[in-house]
Amino acid sequence: MNNAYFDLLMWARGPGFTIALTVMVGGILLRLVEILLLGRKKDFAKAKGSPVAQGIKTIFTRSVARKGMMKEAPVTYVAGYVFHLGFAVAFLFLGAHIALIKSLLGFGWFDVNKALIETAAALAVIAAIALAYTRFTDPVRRALTRFDDWVVLVLSVLPLITGYIAVNRVFGVDATLWMAIHILTAELLMIAFPFTKLMHAVTFAVSRYYNGSIQGRKGAES
Amino acid sequence: MADRPMLPELMRAHGVSRRGFLKYCASLTSALALPPALAPKIAYALENAARPSVIWLSFQECTGCTEAITRSHAPTIEDLIFNAISLDYHHTLQAASGHAAEAAREHAMKENYGNYLVIVDGSIPVDNPEYSCIAGISNLDMLKETAAGAAAIIAVGTCAAYGGIPHANPNPTGAVAVSEIITDKPIINIPGCPPIPIVMTSVIAQFLTLGLDSIEVDELGRPKAFFGETIHDRCYRRPFYDKGLFAETFDDEGAREGWCLYKLGCKGPTTKSVCATVKWNDGTSFPIQAGHPCLGCTEPDFWDNGGFYKPLSAPAGNYRQAGYAAIAAGAALGVAGGALARATKAKAVAAHEVVDAHDLEKKS
Repeated sequence: MNNAYFDLLMWARGPGFTIALTVMVGGILLRLVEILLLGRKKDFAKAKGSPVAQGIKTIFTRSVARKGMMKEAPVTYVAGYVFHLGFAVAFLFLGAHIALIKSLLGFGWFDVNKALIETAAALAVIAAIALAYTRFTDPVRRALTRFDDWVVLVLSVLPLITGYIAVNRVFGVDATLWMAIHILTAELLMIAFPFTKLMHAVTFAVSRYYNGSIQGRKGAES
Repeated sequence: MADRPMLPELMRAHGVSRRGFLKYCASLTSALALPPALAPKIAYALENAARPSVIWLSFQECTGCTEAITRSHAPTIEDLIFNAISLDYHHTLQAASGHAAEAAREHAMKENYGNYLVIVDGSIPVDNPEYSCIAGISNLDMLKETAAGAAAIIAVGTCAAYGGIPHANPNPTGAVAVSEIITDKPIINIPGCPPIPIVMTSVIAQFLTLGLDSIEVDELGRPKAFFGETIHDRCYRRPFYDKGLFAETFDDEGAREGWCLYKLGCKGPTTKSVCATVKWNDGTSFPIQAGHPCLGCTEPDFWDNGGFYKPLSAPAGNYRQAGYAAIAAGAALGVAGGALARATKAKAVAAHEVVDAHDLEKKS
């Protein structure tokens, strides 16, 4: 006699995770190496400023939105931050996630209270709904949206929702089944990562560096 | 059955008062998650219950389940219930041996055909039934023969319920659970390695008093009264999980302070049992209270479920090799993609026709 739920969990923790990790790591490297190899055209002009320093600086300074954004697109501004921070807190500070990171990398860090994790996750979900709403109602953004943008939005939110359900056994669901579903939704996100705009979590540094260094070479400071 | 003593006589013989008996009935009702109003009914039923014949079959097992059921300290009422049934066959506990023992089983079967209760601990080897024989009879044959006249079967312990440790990879004997061989009889699974004594005795008591139909089981054949909730949900260390306080090793501050054992591989979140509330040895303790993570022994295949000391959230497969291969393949494909893009770019530049003002004038 088998427990089908536990078998699903074991598949998610075993072959499922191996597949997801392989696709994600291989995909990220593929795209990153390709981008870096492509490089940029050599600029023969004498640099007025310091392109490298400005490039590195821009990677961080662009994390702060430019002035006027609050007035121009308040939902994108606030919900954008809330979603990213909420997702990061929920992902990086839950004890179970740190146990996973530790088994992968050999080191971990401090855990925080589950109440804080759940607040962060709930805020992130609300923010994602707000972002989806403005994406749908704003005609410009709607025109810019492709099908895979919606897929990415759903895939990013699913692990937060399934994780909350699994830990709290909302509606009295089976803990084992929902732990398996939670891991599987995270694995879907991992698989989609290199091939969608989710890749911005890695490429943001490259594009910001290029922008910063181009401007830095011309003597502009970011 | 008329010559067999009824429970009240046995009670008196064991020095248990009427008050003690009624108290037990109330706690039994509570343990079974039945309404309190049923306590008098249980008392009445137990008082009037004739001792049914029980045949206890031990197959590929370690006798841990028998050890557990005998750990109900005499003269507790669990012990009484155990004595109050007519245990006609049990390798470890019966006085008879050899042919006399087998004769006792055959006699009990014949006398009570269709009404006796079969309790099984241990798994059954089917690859080669001769791997485990009793008195020259293979476990497979003995189970089939004995189950034929049984009113019901209780599979005690994870081996009988799900195959257990003998069933663990690579399962050299082809061990299977009782339910995989007997399909035409009601089977109640009481898994655990071993099961909690009071869970075994309570289920037997419920069977005797309220009948088989009163025992509600889950999809794994376990009584819901005892296997309805996870250990994690009822664990006294749960507040530490919620606060993010974990023991990282067996001898760190967290372990000494009694923090959550999730990171040491505790299977409490996926394991259904009443270990955390009913506990063992008269409610003294249970594994997590003793500082060891739950192994998940009431679940099928607990031996093969990714390692006892690996956290539930940690990957269980051999992902590192695949990961390294992915790094190499990803980098190689990236180089190839980059080279291809560069070649395409160079080709486009080479194919670009340079047009100046003179050319334009010529053409017009």
